[in-house]
Amino acid sequence: MLSEIAFYGALETGLIYGLVAFGIYISFRVLDFPDLTVDGSFPLGAAVAAMLIMAGWNPWLATGMAIVAGMAAGAVTALLNVKLNILNLLASILTMIALYSVNLRIMGRPNVALLGEDTVLTPWYELGLEFHQVPVLLFVIVALVVLVLLWRFMKSETGLAMRATGANPRMARAQGIATGAMIVLGVALSNGLVGLAGALFAQSQGAADVTMGVGVIVIGLASLIGGEAVLTPSTVVRALFACIIGAIVYRLAIAFALNADALGLQAQDLNLITAVLVTLAIVLPGVRTKLTHRFSRKQA
Amino acid sequence: MISATDLKLTFGKGTPLENPALRGMSLTVNQGEFVTVIGSNGAGKSTFLNALAGEVMVDSGKIVVDNQDVTRLPTHKRANRVARVFQDPLAGTCENLSIEENLALAIKRGQRRGLTSAVKKQYMKQFSDSLSSLNLGLENRLGDKMGLLSGGQRQAVSLLMASLTPSSILLLDEHTAALDPKTARFVLELTEHIIATQQLTALMVTHSMKQALEVGNRTVMLHQGQVVFDIAGKERDGLEVKDLLGLFEKQRGLQVDDDSLLLG
Ligand SMILES: Nc1ncnc2c1ncn2[C@@H]1O[C@H](COP(=O)(O)OP(=O)(O)OP(=O)(O)O)[C@@H](O)[C@H]1O
Ligand SMILES: [Mg+2]
Repeated sequence: MLSEIAFYGALETGLIYGLVAFGIYISFRVLDFPDLTVDGSFPLGAAVAAMLIMAGWNPWLATGMAIVAGMAAGAVTALLNVKLNILNLLASILTMIALYSVNLRIMGRPNVALLGEDTVLTPWYELGLEFHQVPVLLFVIVALVVLVLLWRFMKSETGLAMRATGANPRMARAQGIATGAMIVLGVALSNGLVGLAGALFAQSQGAADVTMGVGVIVIGLASLIGGEAVLTPSTVVRALFACIIGAIVYRLAIAFALNADALGLQAQDLNLITAVLVTLAIVLPGVRTKLTHRFSRKQA
Repeated sequence: MISATDLKLTFGKGTPLENPALRGMSLTVNQGEFVTVIGSNGAGKSTFLNALAGEVMVDSGKIVVDNQDVTRLPTHKRANRVARVFQDPLAGTCENLSIEENLALAIKRGQRRGLTSAVKKQYMKQFSDSLSSLNLGLENRLGDKMGLLSGGQRQAVSLLMASLTPSSILLLDEHTAALDPKTARFVLELTEHIIATQQLTALMVTHSMKQALEVGNRTVMLHQGQVVFDIAGKERDGLEVKDLLGLFEKQRGLQVDDDSLLLG
């Protein structure tokens, strides 16, 4: 069994990756824009927040700037695609690679520690909760606030225009929607959320590291796809809840897998496990429909 | 009023596949006219409509809608004046969005979109009234996903969407071609009804010469990226398909058989 601390730890990171999954939902699902920028915008958010906090900024303001930085990164990817006609996937890889240098520049070294600095979590430790429950409480609140805001946005005139842009761009244009602008807005929003996740992660872990973005995209995708499997995303709210639930389930599953000595897995196996899980999650639904197809054809 | 003057457009310029689709196309459509457009495959009908909508940019020529030169404007900046229904019933709507969300997209065609809720209470009466005029029972299914509807139903909704807000011109590119004959007749009648009651100006491409003469009040034929003839009023009344073929031959000074020119 998981220890209580490991359990809360999984919830904590799960909630942060829920924010990443929101971002990936916007790019991959709403806009149909496969965006890998997130591997760069996650550490970007962490770096910006960490450096500003060390410079004495209010941690919430620093976190806000991390969102802005993430949005700027997303906007660069989208503009490379929309204005320069670079394939979306390639555009995002270019930004991601560039961000590695940018993040090193921002931090001035590969990693920084937030020892003794005030973070967004500091005031919450005075509430008298158990130490490991505090981040979970704050991140639940953040995730729910973001969820409600995103849900409202997706139901708004602009949000609906964004959904139409991803689903049927020709129709969207014919309805007077500037599809290019919608892609820029959406990918920026997506990476803004990932920047937020990075900023919170740095503050809860007490450090920012240039390599902390490696594989974020795959973990986010795993959360998204896993959540969709658990909760059929027939509406926007369900899709958004699926992101959070998927991320938490994923982190818990990983925690269990690493905890089970019988499996002999170690922390460094994480990326491999994730890649395998994502592959299965992508392939399995197809296999299932194929099987039911074959079955129903035999019956007919 | 919409006028196109000497439009020229060549696809794949400078490549072995160079293809002049529009070769000096000119046409003026006056307020309230319902023009049917015919022409053989590859005559440039769709390209002409795409040029009017802004989906393709012409190499030269001029397009004016309501005294505004729109030649260089992209599709979304013309959408306040140009409404469209596509040939493919799946193309005009979003299948993942509900019927009411699709209508809400259309009611804002060409206008600024803000952060207020897209599907507003005040739209509901207009939505259900216009849907019930279709007699398909869709007024009770406003929350259903568009993808649940049949092709004919979706095309009918596309037509409603195109006529939900005023436009200077309605472009219809073989919008009944993908439907079965009965549904096609229904959608065509609906088209005539909407155009007549709202006094819309419309351009309808059809592959049926018979339909081209029966519907609307003016007929133009395109051939090799140009207008080869343009008839309206008395001249058009009582005209039959064979007269149309005769006209075409006389204009071009060449012999064509029915099939190579048009189907149906
Ligand atoms: N995007 C494109 N790229 C290259 N060539 C094109 C493109 N669109 C159309 N064409 C070519 O332009 C010419 C005119 O095509 P268009 O689609 O306008 O004809 P049409 O009159 O609509 O024919 P149909 O009756 O078959 O629909 C054709 O030769 C076609 O192959
Ligand atoms: Mg065509």
